[in-house]
Amino acid sequence: MPVLQTPQTRLSRRRRSPLPGLGLTLGVTVTFVTLIVLLPLLGLGWQLAQLGWSDYLFVMTDSRTLAALRITLTAAAAATVANGLFGLLLAWVLVRYRFPGRAALDALVDLPFALPTAVAGIALVSLYSQNGWIGALTAPLGFEIAYSWAGIVIAMLFTSVPFAVRAIQPLIEELDPAEEAAALTLGASRWQIFRAVTLPQLMPGILTGTGLSFVRSLGEFGAVIFIAGNIPFETEIASLLIMIRLDEFDYPAAAAIAGTMLALSLVLLVAINIAQTRLYRRFETGA
Amino acid sequence: MTRRILIGLAILFAALVIVLPVAAIVSRAFADGAGAWWAAVSEAETLQAVRLTVITALIVLPLNIVFGLCAAWAIARFRFPGRRALLILIEIPFAVSPIIAGLCFLLVYGAYGPIGGALQPWGVQLMFNLTGIVLVSLFVTCPFVVREVLPVLSVTGEDEEKAALTLGASGWQIFRFVTFPNITWAMVYGAILATARAIGEFGAVAVVSGAIRGQTMTLPLQIELLYNDYNTTGAFAAATLLTALALVTLVLRGLIAAIHPARGATP
Repeated sequence: MPVLQTPQTRLSRRRRSPLPGLGLTLGVTVTFVTLIVLLPLLGLGWQLAQLGWSDYLFVMTDSRTLAALRITLTAAAAATVANGLFGLLLAWVLVRYRFPGRAALDALVDLPFALPTAVAGIALVSLYSQNGWIGALTAPLGFEIAYSWAGIVIAMLFTSVPFAVRAIQPLIEELDPAEEAAALTLGASRWQIFRAVTLPQLMPGILTGTGLSFVRSLGEFGAVIFIAGNIPFETEIASLLIMIRLDEFDYPAAAAIAGTMLALSLVLLVAINIAQTRLYRRFETGA
Repeated sequence: MTRRILIGLAILFAALVIVLPVAAIVSRAFADGAGAWWAAVSEAETLQAVRLTVITALIVLPLNIVFGLCAAWAIARFRFPGRRALLILIEIPFAVSPIIAGLCFLLVYGAYGPIGGALQPWGVQLMFNLTGIVLVSLFVTCPFVVREVLPVLSVTGEDEEKAALTLGASGWQIFRFVTFPNITWAMVYGAILATARAIGEFGAVAVVSGAIRGQTMTLPLQIELLYNDYNTTGAFAAATLLTALALVTLVLRGLIAAIHPARGATP
């Protein structure tokens, strides 16, 4: 603990910086952050505070709300698991192997972040609907992806691909090949090496990547609503239900669902941060 | 053997999940030929949406840069109470999902909100028009420039700036000739990401735009409208414009990362 606090104390005890511009830049920054970030967030808090517990519980225990939350959480979880596996695979291939097209593959990973979500949405639905390139293949098998829970998972998977890859990639780059070589000389199989030597060192990245991917999936709207079908109780996600309540001018209900989702996201992000620091510390102390 | 299987699987996954959707957009947009594509793109409502989107981006971009540079300078060069809280607040928009962001603005700046309600007697309306679109766009993009410039400023240190100060340079001169050359590329990088995000934002804008046909439709909203109207060619033609923008953004990012390796860590 004291180790962590030292630089902080040193900085705060330093004399005032002689550089100019604090008043102006801090003034601009605080004004901007207040108007653009703080007040809107306080607005949500204010609306929630006016709501009271019983009204809040009334909104949240409504069967349609519960169904939307269940659909959103399960789809996000499924997309996250898929993302963890494929993210690990993509990151591994990108770092460990040299092959033609590697640079292009590396650049492609960022495409889901760059592509506007509405564009992703109509692209995915056109692919997976019955007359789409992929949908036409799965429809005869009696497996429909568009307008179903699976479609929601696909959309969430697409928009959060980069998180897992980009979180795991740097850790694979930092792996010490000597450790794998040592395990090899001790007679470990390739799978044993991966399981016992490599994977534990990648855990912080996998955790961060999947965590961010899950949070992103929880809130994804544009890419999902086109492919989801949006049938209440079946394929209606929480973000869409918030939008519907807004269109009905039911601001308290919208705020209750939004507040719950936002709180969940923030708690997850903080938990990822804490878990990550702990994992890194365990490696530094050489457990 | 393992090597080949893994590379094959990775390429297959990327092709299926990432490349195929883009190919689908292009294929659908040009299904009836380039003429139909052009007719759809130059349709009056779509052009109006392009115009509104460009105007929004042109307003958001300079505000974002000024805010980003001010925030990075204040946070990197000074210690003040609430500094950490300020940093957290600047990062928060990345954790807030689009619909929730739009809702937050509606609750404060909408006609029933404390600020929107107070302004109403003066005939000032902030939501369901360009102002609303600009405000939420600022929210979703505000972390980009700061998080690129801040690490660069921290790494460069303030020795050169202090030297300039002792030589009698004014604050503006220090910024213009000492600080700015170091952070130019980080700023451009952040600004490109922010602009791309502002142009493509859907959910947050959908909540506050009011979606008035031919008036407050940005390009992403127009795509939804056309799609729901069963105007497939129109929707996908409009989508090619945003896809092109995404590809240009990726190329620019790659170029800047190549010529200026000290960029930040935005995924």
